[in-house]
Amino acid sequence: MPLSALTGTKLRDRRLLLGLRQADAAAQAGISASYLNLIEHNRRKVTPDVIERLAEVLGIDRAALVDGKDAALVEDLRAAAARSGQDAELDRIQDFVDRFPGWARLLAALDTRGRALERAVEALNDRMTHDPHLSQSLHELLSSLSAVRATAAILAETPDLEPDWAARFHRNLHQDSERLVAGAEALVGFLDAGQGIEEQGIVAPQEEVEDWLRGRLWSIADTDLADGLEDEIGNLASSAARSLARGFLKRARQDAAAVPETAFRAALDDLGPDPLALAEGFATSPLVTMRRLAGVPSLQAGLVLCDGSGTLTFRKPATGFSLPRFGAACPLWPLYAALGRPMQAINARVQMAGQTDRRHRVIAWAETRHPEGLRGPELREAAMLILPDDGIGPVLDVGTSCRVCARAVCPARREPSILAAEGIG
Amino acid sequence: MAAHVLLIEDEPNIAEAIRFLLTRDGMRVSHAAEGRAALKLLRLDRPDLVVLDHMLPGLSGLEILSAIRADPDSRDLPVMMLTARGRDREMAERAGADRFMTKPFSNAEILAEVRAMLGQPRRNP
Repeated sequence: MPLSALTGTKLRDRRLLLGLRQADAAAQAGISASYLNLIEHNRRKVTPDVIERLAEVLGIDRAALVDGKDAALVEDLRAAAARSGQDAELDRIQDFVDRFPGWARLLAALDTRGRALERAVEALNDRMTHDPHLSQSLHELLSSLSAVRATAAILAETPDLEPDWAARFHRNLHQDSERLVAGAEALVGFLDAGQGIEEQGIVAPQEEVEDWLRGRLWSIADTDLADGLEDEIGNLASSAARSLARGFLKRARQDAAAVPETAFRAALDDLGPDPLALAEGFATSPLVTMRRLAGVPSLQAGLVLCDGSGTLTFRKPATGFSLPRFGAACPLWPLYAALGRPMQAINARVQMAGQTDRRHRVIAWAETRHPEGLRGPELREAAMLILPDDGIGPVLDVGTSCRVCARAVCPARREPSILAAEGIG
Repeated sequence: MAAHVLLIEDEPNIAEAIRFLLTRDGMRVSHAAEGRAALKLLRLDRPDLVVLDHMLPGLSGLEILSAIRADPDSRDLPVMMLTARGRDREMAERAGADRFMTKPFSNAEILAEVRAMLGQPRRNP
C-alpha cells in the first residue's frame, strides 16, 4: 500500500503525545510490542488492517497516516515535476511533503502561479494580436497620421502653393489633428480599461468555478438554487468564470426541477446510487441523475463530464481517483468508451494506478443533443460517476494522465511517464 | 500623354494629398473611394498604375486586387498597395501586389515609387 515513508514516525509521535507505552498500544491493537517497535521505526510495511487498528487505538485518522490528506499536494508536485522536465526525486515526494510540508505547499503554489502567469501572457498576446478594437483604434490612428504627414509635407515643401489649395490643406490638417486626438484618446481609454489581472486569464475560469464549488463541498441545496446565488457568483474574479458558474447553476436548477431534492433522497434510499434506475423513476436522463448524485455529500462520489472532443468540462474528484488538472485524461476511462457509444451504460470496477488498496466503481453514460434541431450539428456529452467501491472481482486498470501515471505496461500510453514504473522492486 | 494613375482610397484627406502630389508632378489622377466604383472606373478609363489602400469599406483592398489580377485585361497592371500593418503585406504580396507603402508614408517616398513604377516596363510584357 502507498504508505508514507514516515508513517511509523507519525505513529510514534502520536503515541508519545498520548503518553501511551509501546507495549500498551501494541496490546490494544492486537500486535506484539516488537512488531510495533519495527513499525514505528519505519522498518516494517504495515497491512491496511493493522494501520486501521493502530489508528483507532491512537485516535487518528487513517487517511492522515496513509495518503489521504496530502494526496492532492503530492499529485500537484508530481504534475509540477512533469511540466518542469527537471530531474526531481519523484520517488521521494511523499518524504518531502512529510518533512517539509510548508516548503512543499510553497512549491506547489509557485507552480500554480507560474502556470497562471503563462496563461496571462498567452491571453495578453492573443489580445494584442487579435483584438478587433485595438486594431481598429490603431488603424484609425495610422490613417489620421498618414493624412497629417502628407498634408503637412505639401504645405511645407510646395514653394508656390496657391492660396486656395493652402487654405484647403490647412483645413484638412485641422480636421485630421482632431481625429488624431480622438483616436489617441480612444486607444488610451482602451488600454486603461482597468481589466484586472483575473480578467486576463491568471486563473483558468473552469478552475475558478471548481474552487468555488469545492468551497461549498460540491453541494447546493434546492432552496439555494432557487435563490440564484448571485452574490456568490459576483465574488468570482473573472467574467468568464461568472458566466460558467451561471451556466452551471442554470443546469442545476433544471436538474432540481426534474429531480427534486426530497423525492430524490427517498428514491436514493430505495434504489441506491444507480443513475439509470433513478432516471427511470423520475422519467429523466441519467445525465441528470448522475449530476444529482454527485451533489450528495454522503456518497463521496466524483463526477467528470466531457464534450464530444473528450475535453473535460466538469471535474469533481473522488478520494483516490485523481483527475488531471490540465490536458487530457486517461484514454482508458470508461467515460470515453461511453462517448463512442451513446445511450449505452458502462458499469465498471476500476483501479487507479498508484492506489493499490483502493478501487472505484464507475458508471459512464453518453447522450447526443441537437440544440439547433435537425439542421444543426449533433453534440455529444458524456458523464462518468465515480463511486468508492469495496467489492471484489476483476478490475479495469486506469490512470490519471499518461505523464503522471505509474502503470508500467499500458496499451493506451501516448507519452512516457515521469514516474518510476509500478510493480518493479 | 500624361500617365494615368487610379487612386483607390477611402480617407478623403489622404486621397486629396496624394492626388495633389501626383497631379503636380504631371500625372492624371482618377479617384475612387470604394471597390465597386473603382472596378467600374478601371474598365472605363484604363490607368497605367493603381494605388490601392488595404483597408477599405465594402470590398477590401485584397478583394479588389484579386479582381484586377483575375481579369485578363488588367492582369499585368502595376499595383501599389498602401498598408498599415506588417502581416497584411504578406497576404497582399501573395495576391499579386507589385509594391508596398506602409502608412504613414512620406510624400517623397510615394512620389519616387510611383515614378519608378511608371518608368518601368510593364509586368510580363
